[in-house]
Amino acid sequence: MTEHNVRNFNINFGPQHPAAHGVLRLVLELDGEIVERVDPHIGLLHRGTEKLIEHKTYTQAIPYFDRLDYVAPMNQEHAFALAVERLAGVEVPIRGQLIRVLYSEIGRILSHLLNVTTQAMDVGALTPPLWGFEEREKLMVFYERASGSRMHAAYVRPGGVHQDLPEQLVEDIGKWCDPFLRTVDDIDELLTENRIFKQRNADIGVVTLDECWAWGFSGVMVRGSGAAWDLRRSQPYECYSDFEFDIPIGKNGDCYDRYLIRMEEMRQSARIMKQCVERLLGKDKIGPVSSRDGKIVAPKRGEMKRSMEALIHHFKLYTEGYRVPEGEVYAAVEAPKGEFGVYLVSDGTNRPYRCKIRAPGYAHLQAMDFICRGHQLADVSAILGSLDIVFGEVDR
Amino acid sequence: MDIAVTSAGLKELAAYIREERGALVTDATIAFGELTLHVQPSGLIELATFLRDDPQCQFVNFIDICGVDWPGRAERFDVVYHLLSPRQNLRIRLKLMTGEDVPVPSLCGVYPGADWFEREAYDLYGILFTGHPDLRRILTDYGFEGHPLRKDFPLTGFVEVRYDDEVKRVVYDPVELRQEYRDFDFLSPWEGTDYVLPGDEKKSQ
Repeated sequence: MTEHNVRNFNINFGPQHPAAHGVLRLVLELDGEIVERVDPHIGLLHRGTEKLIEHKTYTQAIPYFDRLDYVAPMNQEHAFALAVERLAGVEVPIRGQLIRVLYSEIGRILSHLLNVTTQAMDVGALTPPLWGFEEREKLMVFYERASGSRMHAAYVRPGGVHQDLPEQLVEDIGKWCDPFLRTVDDIDELLTENRIFKQRNADIGVVTLDECWAWGFSGVMVRGSGAAWDLRRSQPYECYSDFEFDIPIGKNGDCYDRYLIRMEEMRQSARIMKQCVERLLGKDKIGPVSSRDGKIVAPKRGEMKRSMEALIHHFKLYTEGYRVPEGEVYAAVEAPKGEFGVYLVSDGTNRPYRCKIRAPGYAHLQAMDFICRGHQLADVSAILGSLDIVFGEVDR
Repeated sequence: MDIAVTSAGLKELAAYIREERGALVTDATIAFGELTLHVQPSGLIELATFLRDDPQCQFVNFIDICGVDWPGRAERFDVVYHLLSPRQNLRIRLKLMTGEDVPVPSLCGVYPGADWFEREAYDLYGILFTGHPDLRRILTDYGFEGHPLRKDFPLTGFVEVRYDDEVKRVVYDPVELRQEYRDFDFLSPWEGTDYVLPGDEKKSQ
């Protein structure tokens, strides 16, 4: 056999690459087909969200959170709302909490559907995205019917949610759950035992649990490596402790386990949604959806027609905004991609003094170099897919 | 999470840390159900290593590093670290103060995940970290100048980019605003403003 001269290569992966999930530029150093070093260049979608938030009132800051992880917008708003509520000491009524949970789970399914199916596309399967996106479309219609917008909802606000849900909408969400489980089963049949899909994902991108913690991983990445760690269970916020759901964990910490976890989490989310719908139509059918505190939550239009006080509150809230007591909090939610945290520093005025957004994808992406070393070039896109990166939140 | 329960746990934890590594902690406060330890930059690595390895702490999960700018202060930056202990189910916040050109020891040796977060703090605030393997800019553009999250950095920035069809490449120009940036101040003039309202300057004369 003749000996070949193997040359080292530097490859630019992205920023315009279909498997780069947005605007990622990876500078890869290759030895033959083996990856020796990965240098992710990020920031191509940097919009200065944190700076902008410092110049806006608390209400005006909410829409920026939709634009972070834009495949699951409400989960981000939720983290910000929790932070403000903790500082201001606002309680959310139970119906508001249920709606938040319902839409957080819709967000989780939105995100996992996109991730699972596009990861399949990254490794060569074209059908799953078509099936998955059909369901995503329906979910986005639920978003639209609640907030008026398919993606940039600005629906979860400090104190509760913006408006109550119509009964018909809650019923429709309930009716959507069971057929959706069949779609998940279809995708499951298509992928889980698929030989190519398995070959491309099993034993690829293995991370041990200790490494996960040290690299700042959270969410599916940690669960894939065997820790039953889910903020919804371990540090419950809203009314998550009222619900029955299971936390799937993986054994091997590879891409395939993470895929399986996402599939199971979608089923569990549907389970939570069903419980939510049941309560929203039954026990908690009537009730306020946001705090009654007129100093934080704007009054409803109908009230303003009759009450002078409500009119004044409305005017004050939409010009000056509300003041948040001085202090600092870190509020985190279990977003679909991991722990999404907001570190909020308030100086007692109507604007956040500092709002640091802790995006799970940022911590996951920085480990690309560490995970990809020694893998084949083709594995890079499989690993990237299983990290579940969305650039809106990484670049901020 | 029940704040009362966590606060009790945090109090215990704070007392324990004080006992074990009291010299490294200048102050420990619990507010809004969260524990904040104020530390000196020199003691950061030792304290973080202790928090990570001590069986009663086990803050193995690195969460976040960020800067906060207080331009009025002599040491203008806060560097804020968030850590999580999955075993104890507790969070902790470490806080230290640093100046514009006083470097902070890098946490990369303790938590590899600190890498990008320190690069971000350097990029956005200009906080320097010693012992960081690769302290480059991360979020801003290639060749960007300045540190955009500092309070004295204007929201509009200094340069804007566009594609120039004549030279066939992207060019950078100084920002040209059609109208001046209007930073609306909605704070109520009847309470809490510390500036003189237009027209009021004659009042004291």
